[in-house]
Amino acid sequence: MKRAQNDMTLSLVNLQSMADSYAEDLQRVTRRVIVCAGTGCVANGSLEVHDGLAQRIAEAGLPVVTQLESELSGSHDWNHVSQSGCQGFCQMGPLVAIEPDGILYTCVHLGDVQDIVEQTLQHGQLVERLLYRDPASQRVCRGQADIPFYAQQQRRVLKQCGRVDPGDLREYVHGGGYQGAQRAYQQMTPEEVCAEVARSGLRGRGGGGFPTGRKWQLTLAQPGPKKFVICNADEGDPGAFMDRSVMEGDPHSVIEGMMIAARAIGADEGYFYVRMEYPLAVRRIRQAVADAERIGLLGDNLFGTGRRLRLHVMEGAGAFVCGEETALIASIEGKRGMPRPKPPFPAEQGLWNKPTVINNVETLASVPMILKESPERYGDVGTSDSSGTKTFALTGHVANTGLIEVPFGTTLRTIVYEIGGGVIDDDGKLDPAGFKAVQIGGPSGGCLTPDHLDLPLDFDSLQSEGAMVGSGGLVVMNQRTCMVQMARFFMQFTQNESCGKCVLCREGTKQMLAMLDDIIEGNATPRTLELMQTVANAVRKGSLCGLGKTAPNPVLAMMRHFREEIEAHVLQKRCPSGRCQALAEPEILAHLCKGCTLCIRKCPVDAIVGERKKPHTIDVEKCIRCGACAEACKFKAVVGI
Amino acid sequence: MKNQSMITINNRAVPINGERSLLEVARNSGIDIPTFCYHSDLSVYGACRLCLVEVEGRGIIASCSVRAEPGMVVRTHTEEIRELRKISLELLLANHPQSCTTCGKSTSCQLQSLCRRLGVNEVRFRQTDRDLPVDHSSPSLVRDPNKCVLCGDCVRACKEIQAVGAIDFVHRGAAASVAPAFGRDLAEVECVSCGLCTAVCPTGALIPKPETEPVWAALNDPQKTVVVQIAPAVRVGIGEAFGMEPGSIETGRLVASLKALGFDQVYDTGFAADLTVIEECTEFLERKASGERLPQFTSCCPAWVEYAQQFCPDMLPNLSSCRSPQQMFGSLAKQTLPEKLGIDIDDLVVVSIMPCTAKKHEAKLEKFRTEGRAHVDHVLTTQELATMIQEAGIQFRQLQPESLDMPFGFKTGAGVIFGAAGGVTEAVLRYGVEQLSGENLAHVDFEELRGQQHVREATVTADGMTLRVAIVQGLKNAADLVARVRAGEANYDLVEVMACPGGCIGGAGQPITLARDAKRQRTAALFQVDKMLQLHKPQENHLVSECYDTVLGSAGGPRAHQMLHTNYRHRRRMNGSELTILENHHEAKLEVSVCQGTSCFLRGSQPLLSALTQRINEHGLQDRVQVTATFCFEACDRGPTVRIQGNAIHHCTLHTAWAAILDECNTVPAPK
Amino acid sequence: MENDSLPVVLSPETQRYSKVCEILQRNNNDRSRLIPILQQVQEEYHYLPEEVLTFIATPLRLRPAEVYGVATFYSHFALQPKGKYTFRLCDGTACHVRRSTAILDALYKHLELSEAKSTTDDMLFTVETVSCLGACGLAPVMLVNEKVYGQVTPEKAVEIVNTIMAEEKAA
Repeated sequence: MKRAQNDMTLSLVNLQSMADSYAEDLQRVTRRVIVCAGTGCVANGSLEVHDGLAQRIAEAGLPVVTQLESELSGSHDWNHVSQSGCQGFCQMGPLVAIEPDGILYTCVHLGDVQDIVEQTLQHGQLVERLLYRDPASQRVCRGQADIPFYAQQQRRVLKQCGRVDPGDLREYVHGGGYQGAQRAYQQMTPEEVCAEVARSGLRGRGGGGFPTGRKWQLTLAQPGPKKFVICNADEGDPGAFMDRSVMEGDPHSVIEGMMIAARAIGADEGYFYVRMEYPLAVRRIRQAVADAERIGLLGDNLFGTGRRLRLHVMEGAGAFVCGEETALIASIEGKRGMPRPKPPFPAEQGLWNKPTVINNVETLASVPMILKESPERYGDVGTSDSSGTKTFALTGHVANTGLIEVPFGTTLRTIVYEIGGGVIDDDGKLDPAGFKAVQIGGPSGGCLTPDHLDLPLDFDSLQSEGAMVGSGGLVVMNQRTCMVQMARFFMQFTQNESCGKCVLCREGTKQMLAMLDDIIEGNATPRTLELMQTVANAVRKGSLCGLGKTAPNPVLAMMRHFREEIEAHVLQKRCPSGRCQALAEPEILAHLCKGCTLCIRKCPVDAIVGERKKPHTIDVEKCIRCGACAEACKFKAVVGI
Repeated sequence: MKNQSMITINNRAVPINGERSLLEVARNSGIDIPTFCYHSDLSVYGACRLCLVEVEGRGIIASCSVRAEPGMVVRTHTEEIRELRKISLELLLANHPQSCTTCGKSTSCQLQSLCRRLGVNEVRFRQTDRDLPVDHSSPSLVRDPNKCVLCGDCVRACKEIQAVGAIDFVHRGAAASVAPAFGRDLAEVECVSCGLCTAVCPTGALIPKPETEPVWAALNDPQKTVVVQIAPAVRVGIGEAFGMEPGSIETGRLVASLKALGFDQVYDTGFAADLTVIEECTEFLERKASGERLPQFTSCCPAWVEYAQQFCPDMLPNLSSCRSPQQMFGSLAKQTLPEKLGIDIDDLVVVSIMPCTAKKHEAKLEKFRTEGRAHVDHVLTTQELATMIQEAGIQFRQLQPESLDMPFGFKTGAGVIFGAAGGVTEAVLRYGVEQLSGENLAHVDFEELRGQQHVREATVTADGMTLRVAIVQGLKNAADLVARVRAGEANYDLVEVMACPGGCIGGAGQPITLARDAKRQRTAALFQVDKMLQLHKPQENHLVSECYDTVLGSAGGPRAHQMLHTNYRHRRRMNGSELTILENHHEAKLEVSVCQGTSCFLRGSQPLLSALTQRINEHGLQDRVQVTATFCFEACDRGPTVRIQGNAIHHCTLHTAWAAILDECNTVPAPK
Repeated sequence: MENDSLPVVLSPETQRYSKVCEILQRNNNDRSRLIPILQQVQEEYHYLPEEVLTFIATPLRLRPAEVYGVATFYSHFALQPKGKYTFRLCDGTACHVRRSTAILDALYKHLELSEAKSTTDDMLFTVETVSCLGACGLAPVMLVNEKVYGQVTPEKAVEIVNTIMAEEKAA
């Protein structure tokens, strides 16, 4: 009896037959309509678009399926309307891709469904109004191949993201999925797995850039039968959503990465720690784990080797600091998410004091390719110290915002001007001279300036410039951005999110925030700057955890790259970008003023004088800095307010 | 010595002797690296960042949380480190009220002394302290969150040593603070008043509640006769407040200073302790003979009694019913002194000098009052007495020793060693072994009971009978022992529990000392007092015997019981409201409450509650029955307890509860 | 006795309260599952009532102070009841540089709320900020209960409030 049961569990998952059956189904599909179901597009109504398309196609009398679940019969020209994870170009969502035609429709709404079905699916014509128009050249683009946003990218981690149906395990397998894990379990020793990953040069994508293979080796070397793997999906940096997109769009790649990591260190249990702000990612990962368990990919007998792996999904509860690994562990253990001193490192004493490996989502999603193809193949792009590609969340004052992936070593110029399509002003218009800075790596990161536009981005080049890859948030800022205000924004964030445990971080961030307020309010003196530098250095050197140590980075970066701008605030009580209300120095630029008198009529305190058709002037003493004049002026002649 | 592992600290070779951290190695080598959040008895926390040192090849690290590794090269006061430490202190000061001169912790505050030591002479930052309310609710402690530096020593002490967990960190970042649950006052939560938090608190955020003013008032009131009892541990602690070595025996000068302050009679709690030994041992021998309610737990530590009443309700029958020596003394004093001294009872004021903060709480309990009069009116800690002596300008070290007053100033060594952990047990055995064997006990020292470990066990034989005793300090150790007793893994006859590590000599009311060996020295001093006294057994105290003859009757008799014993009840841990599980809005309803207190919980009240709720729902009775979860019916030995229409059902099962509900349902009309 | 049971009719009201025990049992009274338990309790009650926190401490063998300490550490947990409609304004970098603060100010002003007072007296609206929702491509982003709004302006936000108010009045 027992024997029989064992045989049952030993019935192996046959990846090949799964892939074959899927391929067979695929042959009967002539067209695939892929609707982006990432968070951004869903918010704009992409699910309605998806349902509308399916319905409309059916109404048009064409054969349509939304899921390639069972074997398709009869007709050989099925239309497959599927949902995908984030396709990246969030700003232009909802996105609808049509394959194999290579068409990408942007800003698609329910009202556009009929045209897509009739013109494109039935008559093979393009719906031009839904195509992307490059704002720089005004060229109309057909799809990913000629949209500059995509053309300059090299998508590896995101390759399947935005194409495959994240809810369809067969599709993942059909694309070569779980072959890497199978190899790791059936053909390799843990040492070999560690060695291959080490050879690929993969470095942790969560911030520090620690070599992944080395981390695994250290954990493998720890004695003891019980070990854990944790996927750190607590992507908390404001302005970063790469991990969210991977989990939503290609959850099985992360699970496969977890399986390989577990094999490498000898773990039989693992956790996904996903932040609660990502409900869709939580749902997709949960579903993917359940699917993998159901067919025996996960469970008590992985690939017939008798090895076990159980994966749990835990939702965070809203604490940025839980991205720090010891705080994350405390949180899984049901405690306040406060970091503890290291050593001991999690590799030695992690979850419930057992050796634990913690990797971030993107790192884990990169692993399957290394094992499926080869470490050398993985390392064939990137730089010598930073191999492979990196995803970034490109946001801020840039024409094309979204999720991108480029090889390490790509320059900032390529990212901002080619992929991002250039810098925009506050009204959303392209401004060729508008680039002021890029904030990289979130609140713990740093700033890059026009001086760095040709710097090849990798772990070490950024480090030497006082910035960091961090989790990969890239926020572009235009000339109208006040860097003191930005530093204050990040300091406010860090201070809110400090766990409050260690003195330097808790009290130091509080004081730095107060000093930034002084600068913004015009109450600072040169001594304030000196003191701010002192505190920033102390917090950097003496804080307990990595987050504390990097908390002063926004201040340090500002002092390093925008010294003049701060000094203008402090010494001349002037905000060069005119963002600081208390320092506003309103002025009407004579060469722009047409003398229309609109501002005179809008001013509530009669501070503006001037004759018609002649440049007006503001009485700075009378002015209450309400900004009504600047808002009213059509010629942007009112500045400094 | 050859194989000794060494490290280099500030160019000097220093040996490693198995210390748990680099910090300990440095301290053992004579370098006092500053800390707030490090405490050798507690887990490592790593938050204050004062213990930063520079280790070659590793940079700046916190010495509290790294192990010393042979060959390490360490520097403890580089420019960088000095700067970091000073900034940390300066940042703390910016968030700390600048009211040092009027603070109760002034001169013994570590923030103050470190700022002086490290040369912090200005605060360049903006003052950011908040004006949070001060918690005066506890009779024993004052909590001023404004002065907290968030080192967490109190939180860890309360949790790790006492297993009470009355306070914890709440909120985070700049809003982080240490507070009881739901921001309540200490008096409303589980706090047992042991005061360990005040002993470890580096600042004035937690201090023993001062009570000197009413004592001064009484002393300065010519109408009042003020008598005072001094606890054993006070005599070996008070000297430290005046710059003497830990363990200086200062009974004589203590008496002289109290006389100089104006106390009319100075007595010794040791007298009452002799009495306690006789009562407690009588009780113990009765239990031993009948084999019931063993092990007997001691009851002289009020923090432990409070703990047991909250967390070990099932063990309450095992607690000795004896009052603590302080309360025995108070009861006896209020009963006999008015007549003896020829005064009106309302003019008699009884003061205690105690090493303890929990005694303040104990003295205020309603059960220790007769006709509205407290048996003990005021309790001062050793620290508070020292401040009174200082205020009066009495030069303690120059005083000529004086003698205690009779009759309550007379004690044997047994009453004195009460002040050290293990002392109660030893004293009980000095009486008990003689009682059992009927022979004179020649050798009174039970060396096997002594030591510094916080959990000790011993077996003593007397008259062919084996007595298994255990001595634990720290309520966490007590809780673990209780768990072992419950599980049947441990089998004792007598268990002595002291909340404070070291016993009363280590009490939270003792002078704050930085001497690492103070507890051992104080203990040694108490046993030295025992040696110096002529009598060592309570049964040899002729004044105690006289007291039995004239006032108390026989040991363990009814009169003694009335005056010297007490009873216990399960105390609610939180003043929590009831939780309605099944609610109905019909007027006529059947009220069912299920106790979810600790002891009922342990007996399965939670599954009972949910099964009952489910059954009510299944039978469509939810409109007629209102189910509430309550926290304690105080019938813990008979749990789980369910109350149906006011009738308590003990040892309740689903079957009995359901039967009763069906019965009662017939009396409640169905809703229209 | 089981066989003669009446048909099971559970009103939502009675269900709600018995959920606490169910949640605890579902989580095996495991103290390390405190955070999921609190999440599930909050899902049920929409906040964490004090008596529920005290109640769950006993079976989890934790002290109420520790439960409270964990509950106050994480911003997701609410110790006060929230309004029927919770507006969560993303305060991530991308939203911030696209002036999300102006939206927050407009909502505060329109509903007479502030950082200290985040729920209206009629318990209809709660306004709060939330750390990055990761929908940066749509910045500035706002959540109303579960619904995501992208590219929000102060005017649009106020309009949403007014629409809800009108619906509530009509209902």
